[in-house]
Amino acid sequence: MSSSTELNRLTIADAAALLHKREISSAELTRVCLDRIAAVEPQLNAFITVTQKAALEQADAADRRIKGGDAPPLCGIPLGIKDIYATKGATTTCASKILSNFVPPFDATVIAKLRGEGAVFVGKTNMDEFAMGSSTENSAFGPTKNPHDLTRVAGGSSGGSAAAVAAGECLGALGTDTGGSIREPASFCGVTGIKPTYSRVSRYGVVAYASSLDQVGPFAKTVRDAAILLRALAGHDPHDSTCSARPVPDYERALTGDVSGLRIGVPKEYFVAGMDPTVERAVREALKCYEAMGAKLVDITLPHTSYAIACYYLVATAEASANLARYDGIRYGVRAAAEDMISLYEMTRAQGFGAEVKRRIMLGTFALSAGYYDAYYLKAMKVRTLIRRDFDCAFEDCDVIVTPVAPTTAFKLGEKMNDPLTMYLSDIFTISVNLAGLPGLAIPCGYDANGLPIGMQIIGAPFAEETILRTGDAFERSGAVIPRRPAL
Amino acid sequence: MAEKKITLEQVRHVARLARIDLYPDDEERLRTDMDQILSYVDKLGELDVNGIEPTVQVGESGAPMRSDEVTNSPNAEAMLANAPVRHRGYFKVPKIIE
Amino acid sequence: MSNEAYEAVIGLEVHTHLMTKSKLFCGCSTEFGRAPNENVCPVCMGMPGVLPVLNRRAVELAVRAGLAAHCEISPRSIFDRKSYFYPDLPKNYQISQYETPVCRGGYIEIQSGDGAPKKIRLVRIHIEEDAGKNIHEADASLVDFNRSCVPLIEIVSEPDIRSAAEASAYLHELRGILRYIEASDGRMEEGSFRCDVNVSVRKRGVSELGVKTEIKNLNSFRFVEKAIEYEVNRQIATLESGSRIAQETHLWDPVREETRPMRSKEFANDYRYFPEPDLPPLLIPPAMVEEIRRAMPELPSDRRARYIRDFGLSSYEAGVLTAERETADYFEGASVGLKNRRTAANWVMTEVLRIANETGQQISEALPSAREAGALLAMVEAQQISLNAAKTAFAAMIKSRKSAVETVAELGLAQVSDTVAIASACDKLLAAEPEKLAEYRAGRDKLFGFFVGQVMKAMGGKANPKVINEILKQKLAG
Ligand SMILES: [Mg+2]
Ligand SMILES: [Zn+2]
Repeated sequence: MSSSTELNRLTIADAAALLHKREISSAELTRVCLDRIAAVEPQLNAFITVTQKAALEQADAADRRIKGGDAPPLCGIPLGIKDIYATKGATTTCASKILSNFVPPFDATVIAKLRGEGAVFVGKTNMDEFAMGSSTENSAFGPTKNPHDLTRVAGGSSGGSAAAVAAGECLGALGTDTGGSIREPASFCGVTGIKPTYSRVSRYGVVAYASSLDQVGPFAKTVRDAAILLRALAGHDPHDSTCSARPVPDYERALTGDVSGLRIGVPKEYFVAGMDPTVERAVREALKCYEAMGAKLVDITLPHTSYAIACYYLVATAEASANLARYDGIRYGVRAAAEDMISLYEMTRAQGFGAEVKRRIMLGTFALSAGYYDAYYLKAMKVRTLIRRDFDCAFEDCDVIVTPVAPTTAFKLGEKMNDPLTMYLSDIFTISVNLAGLPGLAIPCGYDANGLPIGMQIIGAPFAEETILRTGDAFERSGAVIPRRPAL
Repeated sequence: MAEKKITLEQVRHVARLARIDLYPDDEERLRTDMDQILSYVDKLGELDVNGIEPTVQVGESGAPMRSDEVTNSPNAEAMLANAPVRHRGYFKVPKIIE
Repeated sequence: MSNEAYEAVIGLEVHTHLMTKSKLFCGCSTEFGRAPNENVCPVCMGMPGVLPVLNRRAVELAVRAGLAAHCEISPRSIFDRKSYFYPDLPKNYQISQYETPVCRGGYIEIQSGDGAPKKIRLVRIHIEEDAGKNIHEADASLVDFNRSCVPLIEIVSEPDIRSAAEASAYLHELRGILRYIEASDGRMEEGSFRCDVNVSVRKRGVSELGVKTEIKNLNSFRFVEKAIEYEVNRQIATLESGSRIAQETHLWDPVREETRPMRSKEFANDYRYFPEPDLPPLLIPPAMVEEIRRAMPELPSDRRARYIRDFGLSSYEAGVLTAERETADYFEGASVGLKNRRTAANWVMTEVLRIANETGQQISEALPSAREAGALLAMVEAQQISLNAAKTAFAAMIKSRKSAVETVAELGLAQVSDTVAIASACDKLLAAEPEKLAEYRAGRDKLFGFFVGQVMKAMGGKANPKVINEILKQKLAG
């Protein structure tokens, strides 16, 4: 067994086995994670709130439950929770000034599920404000740094969760993905992240950015761990009208290691000029590896890919403009001093929201406003149909689609902050998946010359989580890439 | 220079609709940013979407319906706990003029 | 130029609460009159992350309303977000229906001024959530979210209404229908039945519409009529003076009895409607419509027709009895065991409605049950008591809540039809009044009434007048 100071390096699967054999305790495991948090947070800033006291209480309760026998797989496992999830009694800020004092009186459904499993929450992780961003630089609480290189971004918007898992501050974490917000930071930080099919996981209690795109998903060190977490999260919720009632498979059982005969679609639109050649090389290497394992590569086309970002920034901002209207300083959150009602709204929102949030609210408001609805919002919704059809066609010829997660590895802090459009373009390979509502898995597939992780995306048809997890797991098992631990 | 996609006046109007007070510096900055993004978004104009149904949602169709039962019990204190300003069980705001 | 040269063009938008136990999108109670912010939860307070889940009963009641108003029921309707900032609107958007409402078209039939039936066409009926309530104090406003998310339907009429009286007739008919089908309690004073009015005027003979104003804050039928009259006159005067009508929203000021433009709607509304991504389309398959149709209570117009056809009542009588469902239910309940329904019809139209009116209470609160009223009327039909005795008994029953049989016995109101007792009273009277008897026999027929009255007096007012008549006639004939 690893020394006790290394317990935080365990996978969830291994930690659970040790916990159940009572070779380690959750209290021990949690304390190691909390110590690690204390040690690296000053440099990393992956957490907005560390819930040390509650975590240790949860750990003790988990230990009692394990002692009593028949504890669920996640019992006693320390997790990081993106600060977008309503957690009863614990501040939920969404990395915004406007919610900096908000303590929800209720739990998000997935939080309640994890509590029911006996999981331990070590804290609320950093993110781009209201999940709007691709670098976690748009946080009212400062950016999260990439554990592999502290001068670089962790990706976003779930950068805190990705960095926390990569840095060993917790064994797994929750993120949300609206346009790539799980997959891109997973790729930048060298961990695994899955965005499930839209409707697979309840969104109740997850602060909404763009309701028709948002999906809940986990970060982990391995595909197996992601499968374990996803099984705990997924499933019907009577509080979410968009949540599917389909039964949840045992994703772990799908991890057979067998990809022979699997048809892997390779879309030409995802290997384009201007992308980082080392990223392209790493993904192509991975494809060769799959071929060697008996999979078949199929050239496919997703012809509307280049319209995805334009489509996304209209759909997402339109929905966001309404979703974020509720932050008005009346019922909760921070209120600006004002004499009259209109000023109260305008000052509260001017002071409470950061620049990117304002930009997106403005864009969305404009896209829905009288005279522009048809040209912008409605048009985007129609293009969304075309993008969705591209995938429907593609999946007639293949079982999964493999692409890079992002055109580059983690970029420098501040590099794209003054150029919103360039920042938006970093989501070019992930956004279509949200528009079409598909599941997408991000796993490490190599490292660039600077030692920065490169991510590979495996896209599936709706509800084909088992297939993409099996595909990802097979690559992991092949040993083609040995995950590197950040030096931090 | 290409035609402006959005004017300062429009930016101010949108800010009023969105109830965001813009500082003078913000206005021009936002106008430039929005202009750039809207110009980019213009590429959607290349596509003929005549007769294409819009995709509003990608989940399953048909709103589930719950039975008409009262499942919540009064808990005013918990609901008021986050109020910036409260008064006798109400949320207090500046006087509204109708 | 006189007002006669103009005609008013009026359309009404009625919002009514649906009679559900819980709110439209959450499990909070809809109970009226609770302490502020007691019937609230994260969902109806618009907390971050919450989502709406639709109340099936609200959908059923909306469909009932649509069926009652001859609407087309949409097999697939869409919820939309209507965005505007207001302190009582927790999400700062209202979940409503815009392009695809649950019901389209249809009509409400009213009696127009000349008594002829007139159809007021409907544009739509849609489902939406209510907002909370603002209470204005001297220096601040206070917000209560108990009403937030209570289910509403909005019933929008075509501009087919031409006068304040027609508007009132439409509202009464609509309210009656909604109460019959148990969709709404129709309480205007409590804000569960609200009406906004769109008014414009145009010269007679002109087909295009004038500029309209919208009048809000009308919480009684009387105010609707007064506001329309005021606004029509104001618009005509404005046009006559050469000015133009501004398209504005006005508030009715019940103290000054005038409308005035709202100050808070400074710049044109842009509600930025778009489909609610948190709710999939509402699907109402034909089978569901049929199920709802089968479970629907009888409509007032159907009852009216039945009363005329089956009970032989006049159109006027049927109208009075069916104006409120409670009245009609009472009438039917009271007439169950009677030989002639008219006995109950007359009773309800005179006694029951008078008492309800005087007390200002609901029939169910103010009066004995319909069954007991029926028992009392059965005694009248059987000539066991007089109509006057029945009135006395009914008044007593209101206070005592005792049964009809018990009350009649206690008060000794039963009529005496005992011929022996009555004959003996007649004999005694004729013996005591030999002169009057002689006068009568000499041809003074008028004295017959005197004899009846005296016998009745002697019998303590409880004798059956018919029996007295018969016996007296025999005896007087000698
Ligand atoms: Mg309405
Ligand atoms: Zn509620």
